[in-house]
Amino acid sequence: MTKQGGYRWVAVLGALMLAAVLGTPIASAQGQKVLKFIPQADLRILDPITTTAYITRNHGYMVYDTLFATDAKFQVQPQMVDKYEVSNDKLTYTFTLRDGLKFHDGQPVRSTDCIASVERWAKRDALGQKLAEVTDSWKAVDDKTFTLKLKRPFPLALEALAKPSSNVPFIMPERIAKTDASTNITDPIGSGPFKFVKEEWVPGSKVVYVKNTDYIPRKEPPSWAAGGKVVKVDRVEWIYIPDSATAAAALNAGEVDWWEQMPPDLIPVLAKNKSVKVENIDPLGSMGLLRFNFLYPPFNNQKMRQAILYAIDQNDYVLGIAGDAKNGHPCYSFFTCGTPLASEVGAEPLKGKRDFEKAKQLIKEAGYKGEKIVIIDATDQPIVHSQSLLTAEALRKLGLNVDLQAGDWGTLITRRSSKEPLDKGGWSIFHTWLVGPDVTSPAVNFAVRGSGQKGWFGWPEDAKIEELREAWFAATDAAASKKAADAVQARAFDFVPYVPTAQFILPTAYRTNLTGMIIAPMTLMWNVEKR
Amino acid sequence: MTAYVIRRLLSTLVVMAVVAFVVFSLLYLTPGDPAAVIAGDIATSEDIARIHERLGLDDPFLVQFARWVRALAHGDLGTSIFTNLPVTQLIAQRVEPTLSLTLCTLVVAIAVAVPMGVLAAAKAGTWFDRAVMAFSVLGFSVPVFVLAYILILTLSVQLDWLPVQGYRNFRDGVWEWLRHLILPSIALGTVYVALIARMTRASMLDVLSQDYVRTAQAKGLAPDQVLLGHALKNAAIPIVTIIGIGVALLISGAIVTETVFALPGIGRLTVDAILRRDYPIIQGVTLLFSAVYVLVNLAVDLSYALFDPRIRY
Repeated sequence: MTKQGGYRWVAVLGALMLAAVLGTPIASAQGQKVLKFIPQADLRILDPITTTAYITRNHGYMVYDTLFATDAKFQVQPQMVDKYEVSNDKLTYTFTLRDGLKFHDGQPVRSTDCIASVERWAKRDALGQKLAEVTDSWKAVDDKTFTLKLKRPFPLALEALAKPSSNVPFIMPERIAKTDASTNITDPIGSGPFKFVKEEWVPGSKVVYVKNTDYIPRKEPPSWAAGGKVVKVDRVEWIYIPDSATAAAALNAGEVDWWEQMPPDLIPVLAKNKSVKVENIDPLGSMGLLRFNFLYPPFNNQKMRQAILYAIDQNDYVLGIAGDAKNGHPCYSFFTCGTPLASEVGAEPLKGKRDFEKAKQLIKEAGYKGEKIVIIDATDQPIVHSQSLLTAEALRKLGLNVDLQAGDWGTLITRRSSKEPLDKGGWSIFHTWLVGPDVTSPAVNFAVRGSGQKGWFGWPEDAKIEELREAWFAATDAAASKKAADAVQARAFDFVPYVPTAQFILPTAYRTNLTGMIIAPMTLMWNVEKR
Repeated sequence: MTAYVIRRLLSTLVVMAVVAFVVFSLLYLTPGDPAAVIAGDIATSEDIARIHERLGLDDPFLVQFARWVRALAHGDLGTSIFTNLPVTQLIAQRVEPTLSLTLCTLVVAIAVAVPMGVLAAAKAGTWFDRAVMAFSVLGFSVPVFVLAYILILTLSVQLDWLPVQGYRNFRDGVWEWLRHLILPSIALGTVYVALIARMTRASMLDVLSQDYVRTAQAKGLAPDQVLLGHALKNAAIPIVTIIGIGVALLISGAIVTETVFALPGIGRLTVDAILRRDYPIIQGVTLLFSAVYVLVNLAVDLSYALFDPRIRY
């Protein structure tokens, strides 16, 4: 070997060592289309039945499929079901599954899987419980065919199976669906368009999905969760970035492709970047709400609750929550504005110029004696915090004795379940928000109910509202349904189980090399293409 | 020495036991309910009660504590209430980023701060000394997150030199690993550079006024030899002590840094667990932190003997 040749060998060896040290990273993602996405929350619970958390619902849509799905026109469409029949007496539904449905573990989807999944869901979900009430039996005819027998006609049977938001009746393997409905499942095996990669899951940081190459999409175009779920990327990484300024910087720098929900104050930061698009892709948005505690004075008095209706200005709440009137609007309805049952029946006290005199008159009639009103606030949740501040201000203007108690969301959701009086940690008012699909009808809007101690926090009890709700369930056509929903709403504006505060949308932001986002009230990741 | 180390290690167990009991008690008394978080916004009181029962959260304090201690005695730190993953697995997933961040920060801080402090002492009263002091004040005054955002905006978003966020494992390549640590280490390390530089300067100034240093200078030793061979070694004990305290402080500093730079470390694991009241994780991480604190203190104490032969254990 010449001296020159020796140097060359040394140089080659040095280069190889340097390459090894400096690294050629992450072979797993090379040559693949990877969609990097910042979700609105950290995925902690994998079971979309035990929790109603929206992040888990979105995870559910990645991994699982549904028998039916609701489309953008609020119509129920078959999804895993190929065809179905309803008997003339409307008591028997026969479902036949599509060919080629397979779980991620390679097992075929069978009728027994579907029955076990729907039965588990029906133990937790309010609409599912309603369906279970009228169900006589579920029976598997063969591996692909099964029947639902009802005790009496239930016009919402298919709507229930197509429920788009929490809890969604996702289909799991029977062995998993047999898990107790209060116990979290840990094995997220579904038959949906993406597979969950458990080995790469770092709770609090990263969730990884890969394309399910065995998935056979429907032929129809996608529409909400209905239609063809065609996956156009190889891998999806959910990267949880808790700090919104960092998330904005990561999107600006192109380190991530899509940020699910951004705070309105960062819109101008991203709007300057021509490679980023800020858009509203949620057609229904969310509804803010102010909830009373019905167990103690002063809001166990109907007139006190009615007084608040006259003092709340939804325009303020739109600005407080959404930052800009473009991202929200007043919605004087207990049912999501923009959906078939929305109306302004009975909404006069909440609309138009605010009438503080009328409110004060009602407070006087209620016999208010200066009792303390505790508003529990969560300063780490901007939507809750802004509503709490606005409500405290409005109530103080009415001369009420307000105690705004700040804490975090974890404390708020614990305190609101307390039925104790104020001096033992109780509360008078809390705020939250519900996504549009959760408030579209008396069936899913649990906050409008009057079921008392068994109901949602605040525990309003009103037999009349429950009776009107039952009448709505019995409605057999669209006109009758609308009329019955109007009656529920008219009663709600009189009884005031809560005050709707605003309808708002938190915009999404994405790099312009992404196309095909589905306009839907939940985040869906099929059809999205990365160029 | 061996007997001393064994004694100290045994005392570590006592400290950890006390910490475990105090943390468990505090968590029991703190408002917040993981069952309510698990159930979600749409749950009813009945749903929450069911989850409570399943998780055994209704059991009396002592029953819950005894159950936890029993599991701990078998090396089981429990299972996350939310993810259903073992706490040991969750901690193991997060150790590397935190360790990497801490090590890089320490290396940067010591490599910059000690020479800076030594030189500032050697050139006391000059512009360099004043600049070091000014930097120290600035380093103490600027919060980690402010510096972090400035670094992200300039070096990542505008210049595109370094990544905004995230972490790469060491096995993915040293350069990728290092690139993701440069900004967090600078952001977190600045305050420690300020702290250590200030302490080094003060300690060195004290030593440089001693008689033996004057003697060494009078004997004609080179200034570098006097500064590094004689003065720095004798000034080392307070410096090592402050570095030890710094390591302990780094753990709390890492929480902010990991959040801003989205590093999946133990700091973020802790904060997330506290926010959602994931008790087994909080207890597991607190135990780990208390062990680290005690062991770092032990290491600092043992290092005194290296610098000062008069110290014997």
